[in-house]
Amino acid sequence: MLEIIIFSTLNGTLYGMVLFMLASGLTLIFSMMGVLNFAHASFYMLGAYFGYEISRRIGFWPAFLVAPILVGVVGALVERFGLRRVHRFGHVPELLFTFGLAFVIEEIVQMIWGKLPVDYRVPPSLDFTAFRLFDTTYPAYKMFMLLVAIGMFVALLVVLNKTRVGLIIQASLTHPHTVAMLGHDVPTVFMAVFGAGSALAGLAGVIAGPAFVTQPAMAALLGPILFVVIVVGGLGSLAGAFVASLLIGLVQTFAVAINGSLSDLVGPGAADWFGDLGTVTVAQIAPIIPYFLLVLVLIIKPTGLFGTRES
Amino acid sequence: MSALAKLTPWIVFAILLAIAPYIFTSGTSRTMLSIMALSIVFALSYNMLLGQTGLLSFGHAVYYGLGGFVAIHVMNTIIRNKYAIPLPVIPIIGGAAGLFFGVIFGSVSTRRAGTTFSMISLGLGELVASSALILRTFFGGEEGITANRARLAPFFGYKFGSQIEVYYLIACWCLVCVVAMYAITRTPFGRMCNAVRENPERAEFVGYSARMVRFIAFSLAGLFAGIAGALAALNFEIMNTQSIGAVQSGLVLLMTFVGGAGVFIGPIIGAVLVAYLQVTLSDITGAWQLYFGLLFIVVVMYSPGGIAGWLALHEPLYRGRQLTKLVPAYAMNAVPLIVMIAGGILLIELAYWALVKSETEGPETSVFRIAMNTNSVWPWIAAVILFLGGAFALRRTWPRVQDAWGSALARVREQPA
Amino acid sequence: MRRALASSFIALSLVTGSAFAADTIKIAYIDPLSGGGASVGEGGLKHFQWLADQINAAGGVIGKKIEILGLDNKTNPQESLVQAQKAIDQGARFLTQGNGSSVAAALTDFAVKNNDRNPDKQVLFLNYAAVDPVLTNEKCNYWHFRWDANSDIKMQALTNYMKDRQNIKKVYLINQDYSFGESVRTQARAMLKQKRPDVQIVGDEKHPLLKITDFAPYVAKIKASGADTVITGNWGQDIALLLKAAADAGLQVDWYTYYAGGAGGPTAIKQTNLAHRVFAIVEGIPNDSPPEAQKLEDEFRAKYGLAIWYPRVVNEMRMLVQAIKEANSDEPKAVAAKLEGMKFTTFDGGEAYMRKDDHQFIQDMYIASFGPLEAGAKYDEEKTGWGWKNGGIVKAKDTELPTTCKMDRPS
Repeated sequence: MLEIIIFSTLNGTLYGMVLFMLASGLTLIFSMMGVLNFAHASFYMLGAYFGYEISRRIGFWPAFLVAPILVGVVGALVERFGLRRVHRFGHVPELLFTFGLAFVIEEIVQMIWGKLPVDYRVPPSLDFTAFRLFDTTYPAYKMFMLLVAIGMFVALLVVLNKTRVGLIIQASLTHPHTVAMLGHDVPTVFMAVFGAGSALAGLAGVIAGPAFVTQPAMAALLGPILFVVIVVGGLGSLAGAFVASLLIGLVQTFAVAINGSLSDLVGPGAADWFGDLGTVTVAQIAPIIPYFLLVLVLIIKPTGLFGTRES
Repeated sequence: MSALAKLTPWIVFAILLAIAPYIFTSGTSRTMLSIMALSIVFALSYNMLLGQTGLLSFGHAVYYGLGGFVAIHVMNTIIRNKYAIPLPVIPIIGGAAGLFFGVIFGSVSTRRAGTTFSMISLGLGELVASSALILRTFFGGEEGITANRARLAPFFGYKFGSQIEVYYLIACWCLVCVVAMYAITRTPFGRMCNAVRENPERAEFVGYSARMVRFIAFSLAGLFAGIAGALAALNFEIMNTQSIGAVQSGLVLLMTFVGGAGVFIGPIIGAVLVAYLQVTLSDITGAWQLYFGLLFIVVVMYSPGGIAGWLALHEPLYRGRQLTKLVPAYAMNAVPLIVMIAGGILLIELAYWALVKSETEGPETSVFRIAMNTNSVWPWIAAVILFLGGAFALRRTWPRVQDAWGSALARVREQPA
Repeated sequence: MRRALASSFIALSLVTGSAFAADTIKIAYIDPLSGGGASVGEGGLKHFQWLADQINAAGGVIGKKIEILGLDNKTNPQESLVQAQKAIDQGARFLTQGNGSSVAAALTDFAVKNNDRNPDKQVLFLNYAAVDPVLTNEKCNYWHFRWDANSDIKMQALTNYMKDRQNIKKVYLINQDYSFGESVRTQARAMLKQKRPDVQIVGDEKHPLLKITDFAPYVAKIKASGADTVITGNWGQDIALLLKAAADAGLQVDWYTYYAGGAGGPTAIKQTNLAHRVFAIVEGIPNDSPPEAQKLEDEFRAKYGLAIWYPRVVNEMRMLVQAIKEANSDEPKAVAAKLEGMKFTTFDGGEAYMRKDDHQFIQDMYIASFGPLEAGAKYDEEKTGWGWKNGGIVKAKDTELPTTCKMDRPS
């Protein structure tokens, strides 16, 4: 039991941190531009595929550095030539633009890299066992992912709190119009933030690709969970995104470990009373729990756990 | 306007519905017409949210799917117990189911508008779609639930086994629903929906609860989506969990938006177009999903009012009898536009063949019935030249359209009112 | 772009609804050709086209050529019905499909209704890979034939093999949470209980279908349970990722699988480094096939860069041709009458027959294990240097299971 708890905590934290790498960029973009970027998870996928392609040709470490930058450039171009044009039509067309973009990116990825998962391997320098506990091994690569995620988190904190750029971004979170009036070149700031947010997602993709799976559906699988994270945390709140990421990462991982069902709780009669619901185990419903949490949070506190803005 | 002029579009619509299956007579086209008719109901129900009330939902298929599932279960119950209930009544039951779930989920999700509403609809959609796979007794797992529509009690001798009979049943329901939904937009309630969309605060000042208006609109949208789902159940005689999921929700958004959310007829155009493309495009090209995505992006970027929105721009010119003045400018622009689109399609098809197919089928392909080899550089150059040349020429010719518009509008304004 | 030409023809026929001259026998292949399932669907289509080319090169059947129509169903049952209608409009009287029992259930239902309502346009549904047992039990009908062993038969063969393996003590079941996974786990429980009452089932997991990106939490549970053997019906990415997570955690167990041979599976097994400890149940192993079959295997691999995934498709096409010849007609009803009960020597050389009671093909099944290629073995998979080896055969008669099918035959 202890074994499961320890490994579930590790796996859950790791999953939560990967979620946060995406959620932080999405939150920043949303806070500044008011755009809920549906294609954010697609940039994560692009990161994984760029990482795969570069590490296949040059090596993992160059990929680790270059791929996020490439994704950031793609993101900035999308903002400059797509979103900016749509911006004047209002927020709904902006959202729909990113919705269509997610679709197109998935198709293009399928055309270039095929529909099957690609063989994106853990680099040999990290392909060893980090530690062994109760006869179960834990791969070093996952420890590396955890370190990168924590490193990014610290870097984000420093940039936001200690630098001038961070001050402007922080100010934009709460008073976007005032920042514009202070004479900052808002379109360029938008482009930079969109690019930086995409690059963060790309970084998450580069490191998550070998550990999970690099395939065309990876964006569509992660996308909805990502929205759950930022809405549960509170739209526009970085702290909320952090807490919600970890919460959902841990809840989903622990739910898998639980075998109980309603019929265990109230006796075998549950199946008569609740039909299929009586016999479903907690592990089976693990993937729906985030959505359940979302609906619950929005009913109780529509602004999310840490949010102050409504839309 | 005289009563006859008001009725004309409806009579035309009814005649089109009636004669269509005799123009397109093959089994496939009759099936496709049935899908179009039920998609029209579905897309219009969605537009009660998006176009009328300004609510962007990502989970509208929930009500369509649940309506369809309830309908198919009711059909099976009727068959099993030999009740004397004929098939044409089934959509009422589907609609009731849609309304029921619309009321339940609407009470949760319409408390907020804007992004929060969109996210709740997405979450509810995922919640219901994932639960559907677990609640196997009702949703039949991934195999779904089937029924045999011909085994219900005959309706004036019709058993609805053949596609043509079902088509007319669906078309009748389609007509009734379209009329009803149009009527709703003309009621004070329909106007309040628009007010809530434009400015919820002022709507509240007038004394209406914005939340209540959203709630009622949401429930009604659920009702019509449920009818559409039941019509789908009649047509396919099978419902499965895919009809409830995100893809179906995305599809209705695509129909509505491409057709045009701002005009009543928009979703009808969108439903017909998207249903047609859905059935036929996958035969023509393996990259059909890419075309869907690009179509969506192009509409968002260049004509956010959709096809109908673009058509509606011409209304003042039509009334002022100045429409013909645009013809030369449009004709002039059509040439580079077609060249550009042809170049784009050529580029996509070449890329698709080179990346996906050439490995197993060799580099020889044909696009627009012209044989070409993807290993040769010339087709690519031709594609790029067509595309960029078209785009460049379009930039040059576009001001003509603007000029023509300007002068035509000016002439309309000069005319005595 | 042959399809573009074909489709403009379709578009034309949509308008006119014209009849077609019956100098070709059209077989409509209705499977995913776009989206996530496309790589599998395209691979299957190649099997059919390749076989049709061979038949046509030999002069066709009863003086007619065979033509395969590839139709994209997007793995959606409702869409499949539209495609089936298209196929009929284009003159196809044979539908074939394999990916997804949900689609197969919809198509078999469609065939019954269509043949009842349109007696002049009847169709046969030839199922090459959908394994849900209901298709030859509760939902069986005269118009459906299945060449793949259904999932109960496969479990029967697997457990017959496991019966004698005394190192199996603790078994863990992990399956996808839908009807197929459900039937795998219930049959595994029932058959193990009967054949090996001493074996303990230490876990019985159901996980969401094709939604898990990291199986580490599940592998942690398997590990904690102390299992020495895992049985899984997982396919696609769910088997590849499960094996990958097992490799990461250093899980040392024997794997009894249905589809470890699917795309990505061999690569993942190689990563676990479990030589000959991953088993799959198959109807043929290229390394152990008769020379004629190996010759075709070479030809297919050279032409398409794919292994013959579906030896049963070869059986299906050959039997169809034989039935058409015997009936001297390509009318579905007459062909079905000849297919029923037909005895046949399979591609891999075993004696097999199409059981008349339920239209289930009964054939020899093999337990294949995956490991480094041995001397004389020619075929490795996914360039891993590892290949499948024959681990045991379960004769056709030992795979037979009773059926609940009560078939209505047209008079």
